[in-house]
Amino acid sequence: MGIEKLSFLPPTAVKKAAGQPVALGDSPRRVFSKVEPDWTWKDYWGEIKCRVSSFRMRYTVNPGLYAVGEPDEASDVFVTANYKLSFDILRRELRGLNAWIIVLDTKGINVWCAAGKGTFGTNELINRIKETNLHNVVTRRRIIIPQLGAVGVNARIVQQRTGFRVYFGPAHAKDISAYIRAGYIKTPEMRLVRFNMLDRLVLTPMEINPAMKKFPLFGLIVLILFGIQPSGILFKDAWEGGLPFLILGLMSVFIGAFITPLLLPFIPFRSFAVKGWLTGVIAVFALMKGIELSYYKSLLPLAAAYIFFPFASSYIALQFTGSTTFTSMSGVKKELKIGVPVYLTATALSLLILIIYKLSQWGII
Amino acid sequence: MVYMKYIADVVTLEFFQEKCTGCGKCVEVCPHGVFLLQDKKVFITDRDRCMECGACANNCEFGAINVNSGVGCAAAIINGMITGGPPSCDCGVESGSNCCG
Ligand code: SF4
Ligand code: SF4
Repeated sequence: MGIEKLSFLPPTAVKKAAGQPVALGDSPRRVFSKVEPDWTWKDYWGEIKCRVSSFRMRYTVNPGLYAVGEPDEASDVFVTANYKLSFDILRRELRGLNAWIIVLDTKGINVWCAAGKGTFGTNELINRIKETNLHNVVTRRRIIIPQLGAVGVNARIVQQRTGFRVYFGPAHAKDISAYIRAGYIKTPEMRLVRFNMLDRLVLTPMEINPAMKKFPLFGLIVLILFGIQPSGILFKDAWEGGLPFLILGLMSVFIGAFITPLLLPFIPFRSFAVKGWLTGVIAVFALMKGIELSYYKSLLPLAAAYIFFPFASSYIALQFTGSTTFTSMSGVKKELKIGVPVYLTATALSLLILIIYKLSQWGII
Repeated sequence: MVYMKYIADVVTLEFFQEKCTGCGKCVEVCPHGVFLLQDKKVFITDRDRCMECGACANNCEFGAINVNSGVGCAAAIINGMITGGPPSCDCGVESGSNCCG
């Protein structure tokens, strides 16, 4: 009775049952799914969709017990979130090993984020250990959770309530096999979260997307502002006057959501708002060289552009704090406390300048 | 690798040496190497590296660590400012966004 029944499963059931529950023996409680460590094209495509996050989607796996390889009662147990990307990364790193995976119900959110919210937490872990009947699946009372889950999981309470000792594994799944080989000991390196250029690059689509969602509204305001005349809206004016602003707007998104995150450590100052503003200023100056200075036959719209767009890029860059691995809540709060009034003032000021420009165009002042 | 640090002197991390037993749990869970274990004693190496994740305080059995933890996410904090509630980042499936990657 028990887990050794696995070897009696027909090979097809073991091979092809990815994602399908396999019932072992006659105990309905010992139900788990078998997964392959290798990714299919569907998993890769899912990852891309997920990273771009271009539409609302559920990218989850069912919480519960999973088997990778041919685990038995002596195999290791790893814990992850039911965000499919977290799950996929873990199972890929378990290639060649025989292990169990327990998937917690984190409402489709990754381990770190869910740990912060408490869904990847002590109670969920305790309940899931009981629900999957883990006591009967493995003999060793050891459970390995991702280090970043420590934000939500209190190891002592888990041990007190389940008897399982929580091992905090490496910060990154790719160190798992080295961690096991070293006898479940982490090197100092394995504890640190890295945040290299590639890490930042894959996060930028999630910055560009929400920023671009606001772009149509911005475009509409610009076109109305430039097109409006005492006689109504002139489409020619709207387009000709508004075009440089639309280009500068796109540039702000590009600078704030892509260039600043990418070059983060190389841009001076620690504040993200300052980094974004600085990069924005350089970009606006560079771009203005291309847009003819005499374009508007007035310095007013130029002044408005110089004021507004670096701050737009600064604001967008500040959003990236949510994706980084080293910014603190206190720091972001401080940035916003200073930043928000500055952003509002700059926006109001550039709007005012544009209104004065329009009024002077109409010959009112 | 370039080690990035955020704004200096803002984090709320507090460490009470007298309560610390040197168990090393905080060293094990901190993703930024803020704590260092030396001669069975724990020290803070660089407070500015702390991101206020709260993992250390959550797992210190002896109450030697105190930190006001939360997400360092501008959108979340702005949300909190507008609603008057705690910072909430809409990550996850319902909102279609996933600010934390
Ligand atoms: S977890 Fe607490 S008691 Fe243990 S070393 Fe860290 S501060 Fe000291
Ligand atoms: S709050 Fe997080 S980053 Fe700060 S010292 Fe504790 S574990 Fe390290």
